[in-house]
Amino acid sequence: MDLALRDLGDFIADTLHKEVTGTEIRLDELMVEAKRDSIVRVLTFLRDDANCKFRQMVDICGVDYPEDAERFEVVYNLLSLSHNRRVRVKVRTTAEVPVPSATGVYSAANWFEREVWDLYGVMFSGHPDLRRIMTDYGFEGHPLRKDFPLTGYVELRYDDEQKRVVYEPVSLPQEFRSYDFLSPWEGVLPGDEKALEADAKGEGEGA
Amino acid sequence: MGVTTDPARLGAPLPPGPQQDAILEQVAAELTDKGFVLAQLDKVVNWARTGSMWPMTFGLACCAVEMIHAYCSRYDLDRFGVVPRPSPRQSDVIIVAGTLTNKMAPAFRKVYDQMAEPRWVISMGSCANGGGYYHYSYSVVRGCDRVIPVDVYVPGCPPTAEALVYGVLQLQKKIRRTGTLWR
Repeated sequence: MDLALRDLGDFIADTLHKEVTGTEIRLDELMVEAKRDSIVRVLTFLRDDANCKFRQMVDICGVDYPEDAERFEVVYNLLSLSHNRRVRVKVRTTAEVPVPSATGVYSAANWFEREVWDLYGVMFSGHPDLRRIMTDYGFEGHPLRKDFPLTGYVELRYDDEQKRVVYEPVSLPQEFRSYDFLSPWEGVLPGDEKALEADAKGEGEGA
Repeated sequence: MGVTTDPARLGAPLPPGPQQDAILEQVAAELTDKGFVLAQLDKVVNWARTGSMWPMTFGLACCAVEMIHAYCSRYDLDRFGVVPRPSPRQSDVIIVAGTLTNKMAPAFRKVYDQMAEPRWVISMGSCANGGGYYHYSYSVVRGCDRVIPVDVYVPGCPPTAEALVYGVLQLQKKIRRTGTLWR
């Protein structure tokens, strides 16, 4: 299985040597890093080639690495039912540079790209309808970016004079607290001797 | 008189027993004798209201599953006259079961506004009570009482079906205690 996966990775890297920058096997699955501008070609090849046949677009995710020059990563998760195999295709981009849309290759990409746009602010060129999909109508910002605060900037309440729901700047009477989960009890709680046994067993296996 | 005037018992139904039997006999005798019974109007109205509180089904998240359990055969809210309605125009009480998000809030308020008076609100679960797990989230209303006035808060994450039934009974108690014709 691992060998076949490596062969497939080499095959993809050889055939698409201009479009793909690298292949890697992570967590028993193939990972393909592609150039941003040729992502449509890579996806089309993965879908149509007889050795690949990745006909299912399972998901498109975004990742934010704020310290990198190209801070966003777009991850395409593909599935081949005929080969019972999955592949991840990764592409890097910035907030300004759009990624070519995959809607022409997989129609399922439409809403996934809207989701990535909504939550990360990654643009997709050639998308037929790049609107927000999850956050509130008129929402500002992209909440899954690392620099977006957890509580956001606005909160909502019903205004009895205007007879409608209004947004106001967020005000928290109680600041966010992070807890440490160290147990205040030393050792084992009465009646929980089984946990100790399980721990001892786990350590024995580790050694 | 068919209605107790004992202040300690006001608002609570009489449990089955010799005391209840005596009152029922008294009422039956009054009926055969005169052909009518005298009672206080607000008490009759409260009896009618508490006997058929039709809730608007407003399941927003996992609490909805516990709400469904409360309607199903084990707890069977139907025996309290609590029958889920699909329309706000037909309902007396709205059970907010789950996380109220910012995007849902205007629609939620609209549903509440469409309900006819008198109307009551049961807030079910931590999320509806005060945001709960999502209190610090950018997309969740920190308690549904920021959008509509709430009568009964049922705590829990999620509350058990029993807790919701208890909440419904507490609301019945509250209606009997306030006992106003209009509000």
